[in-house]
Amino acid sequence: MNEALARVPGLLAQHVLLSAAALLLGLAIALPLTIWSARNQAVARVTLGFASLVQTIPALALLALFYPVLLFFSGLVGGGIPALGFLPSLLALALYALLPILRNGVTGLANLDPAVLQAADGVGMTARQKLWMVEAPLVAPVLMAGIRTAAVWTIGAATLSTTVGQPSLGDLIFAGLQTQNWTLVVVGCLASAALAMVVDALLGLAERSIAARRKGRFWTSIGVLVAGVLLALVSMLPGSGGKHVVIGAKGFSEQYILARMIGHRLEAAGYRVSYREGLGSAVVFNALTSNDIDVYVDYSGTIWTNEMGRKAGPGRAQIVNGVAQWAMRTHHVRLLGALGFENTYAFAMRGDDAKRRGITSLTDLARQAPQLNFGTDLEFLDRPEWKQVQQAYGMHFRSAHPYTPSFMYRALASKRVDVISAFSSDGRIAKQHLKVLTDPKHAIPGYDAILMVSPDHADDAKMIAALKPLVGRIPIGLMRQANYMVDRSTDKKSPDAAARWLEHQIRLPQGK
Amino acid sequence: MPAQSHSAGPSVTFDTVTKRYANGTLAVDGVSLEVAAGSFVALVGTSGSGKSTLLKMVNRLVEPTGGSIAIGGEPVDQVPAHLLRRRIGYVFQNIGLFPHLTVGENIAIGLRLRGEKHNDARVAELLDLIELPDDVAGRRPDALSGGQRQRVGVARALAIKPGLMLMDEPFGALDPVTRDTLGHAVRRLHGTLGLTTIMVTHDMAEALLFADRVLVMQHGRIVADATPHEMLSGAGGEAADALVAVPREQAHALAKIEAGE
Ligand SMILES: Nc1ncnc2c1ncn2[C@@H]1O[C@H](COP(=O)(O)OP(=O)(O)OP(=O)(O)O)[C@@H](O)[C@H]1O
Ligand SMILES: [Mg+2]
Repeated sequence: MNEALARVPGLLAQHVLLSAAALLLGLAIALPLTIWSARNQAVARVTLGFASLVQTIPALALLALFYPVLLFFSGLVGGGIPALGFLPSLLALALYALLPILRNGVTGLANLDPAVLQAADGVGMTARQKLWMVEAPLVAPVLMAGIRTAAVWTIGAATLSTTVGQPSLGDLIFAGLQTQNWTLVVVGCLASAALAMVVDALLGLAERSIAARRKGRFWTSIGVLVAGVLLALVSMLPGSGGKHVVIGAKGFSEQYILARMIGHRLEAAGYRVSYREGLGSAVVFNALTSNDIDVYVDYSGTIWTNEMGRKAGPGRAQIVNGVAQWAMRTHHVRLLGALGFENTYAFAMRGDDAKRRGITSLTDLARQAPQLNFGTDLEFLDRPEWKQVQQAYGMHFRSAHPYTPSFMYRALASKRVDVISAFSSDGRIAKQHLKVLTDPKHAIPGYDAILMVSPDHADDAKMIAALKPLVGRIPIGLMRQANYMVDRSTDKKSPDAAARWLEHQIRLPQGK
Repeated sequence: MPAQSHSAGPSVTFDTVTKRYANGTLAVDGVSLEVAAGSFVALVGTSGSGKSTLLKMVNRLVEPTGGSIAIGGEPVDQVPAHLLRRRIGYVFQNIGLFPHLTVGENIAIGLRLRGEKHNDARVAELLDLIELPDDVAGRRPDALSGGQRQRVGVARALAIKPGLMLMDEPFGALDPVTRDTLGHAVRRLHGTLGLTTIMVTHDMAEALLFADRVLVMQHGRIVADATPHEMLSGAGGEAADALVAVPREQAHALAKIEAGE
């Protein structure tokens, strides 16, 4: 609990800044569009249509969409546009904020009393005077209501920015969901809900003050909001100290633990570190090549199949070597070494069920697959490994359901599914008495955990020296235990605590 | 603009003015007319006959589709519309007070647009003129009765000391007593300030009582043009006679009742 609460202020500040920036950008775009749309029906159709369309895209998808879009533009201008973190979050959330502001503004302006507007002309106002002296003050309460809606949406959707590597209160929620740490989830949700409620109340006060024409009260509520943003800004001013390094992690416990181990090593070496956790595995390698993150742990087979487009075949060592050479040659990314354990996709069944059906290998499984339900993580069904398994064994299940990893294991336990795409380093395999099926045709390549370093730090001798002690030191058994400490539902440990435990087990010199 | 206030109002000339709205309605159909400087002209006619349209073309709230209008010999499209309008007092048929401004701010809006400082004394003077207590200056229009709002509309038009007053049904929502007092006040002001006034009204009696000249409009044309005396003596023509008959008969009936006592 205390650990969760300790992370709130920093994430809250990030959350406030991101939401405020997105809302301001949204306003800056929406206000001129509102005026233009109110003057021209054709423009109104296009702008409102666009804003409504944006609204139908799930916020999560919108955030993800900006990644390739920004990469593309960055490529056009020869690099330099960050495709992860603040920028895509800002753009996606600003787009999301457009609709309520635009819709309220346009309908507000359209519903103004024509007699009043004609009177404005009649007394001799110019178009600009009419806008500022009559239209703006009359539409302000309606517009304010739209801004208020936009603010609440933005604060809510900002929790999703975690997935593109922008820290927010969503970090708590996503980390909590992945590791089934409900305290983290609840703290994250409560904090963002509280923020939304406070902002909503202040903007509501501002809205009513406009309607009641009480200037003092209006500026007080706006002043409190601005003060809140400034406070967040001041708390975010970069502190002193060494070079800043960003450690990436995908969205599961093992990644969180390994990221903390890397972080501890680098802190001990004098780096300031921050974490971008919960990155999609399709995004994370690109984030490294574009220096949006500086170091993370990937799995050799993932790069081998996803990035290099190769098929399974050679042994583990050849795959690691192949990846190392390819990454350096094509991206100047350094593969520092394998950590010593493998986390491969492993088809797993409930032990008793596998025994009853007489299934021990993927070959056996393929025969009975049409009667069985398949549970996977969120990406497996789209991955080349699945296609290779399908091709090699002719595998067809009765149904297939993607889950977040934690829920995937639960679905298997509760018999909602019969087979899952488990991870070989997962502590739950042993604890849930799962049967891991063999892969006699070697359709799934080796998945050694490998330390990857960004082009900017590929030749950073100090960083390499700090991380080298991790190479080859982590056996699968200890990794499973550490994972289980985080994943189990009682007496859970935080990834940080599990990382400390693991460091102690392998006698790694402790960080500060 | 003190220079303007005590000089005689300008003349207004209509030269075959036509307005056909985008939907095809021919609202004003080739009206040619000379309103003499300093005169008080009433424009009477049934609903939809084109009175408001004709009036709005003078300060270019409506642009004519044919013909031209000149004020004091100067065509209205020689000056930017907003500058033209700042010199003309306009009372709207549907009042059009600014709901977010106080009564005082509404009255002073024309002065503000000219860049003059807000002047409480001037506002008080105008409130006196339309017979409203000074304390309504701080109220919002929605805290006034319909008749009070209409009077504020008149005060707003007068505030800029215009040479030309255009009034579209200025007393529509007023009770007969206030209507009479305000009518007389406007007429008096017209005289003392030397204004040119064009007033649209449904009420022939009002037109006959206050105006120097009565115009009758029908289907976008001026079908009668005469002084009140000529109107009453039947010189206005057929359309005018029908309109004049109503108040005349009422007056006779009232006289009979009075005599019968
Ligand atoms: N903006 C407009 N677009 C189209 N037609 C219009 C418009 N304004 C007025 N009209 C039409 O033009 C004609 C004259 O309208 P106008 O408002 O000038 O009449 P009016 O004499 O002032 O009537 P009332 O006594 O009811 O105020 C009417 O048939 C009306 O429907
Ligand atoms: Mg009219």
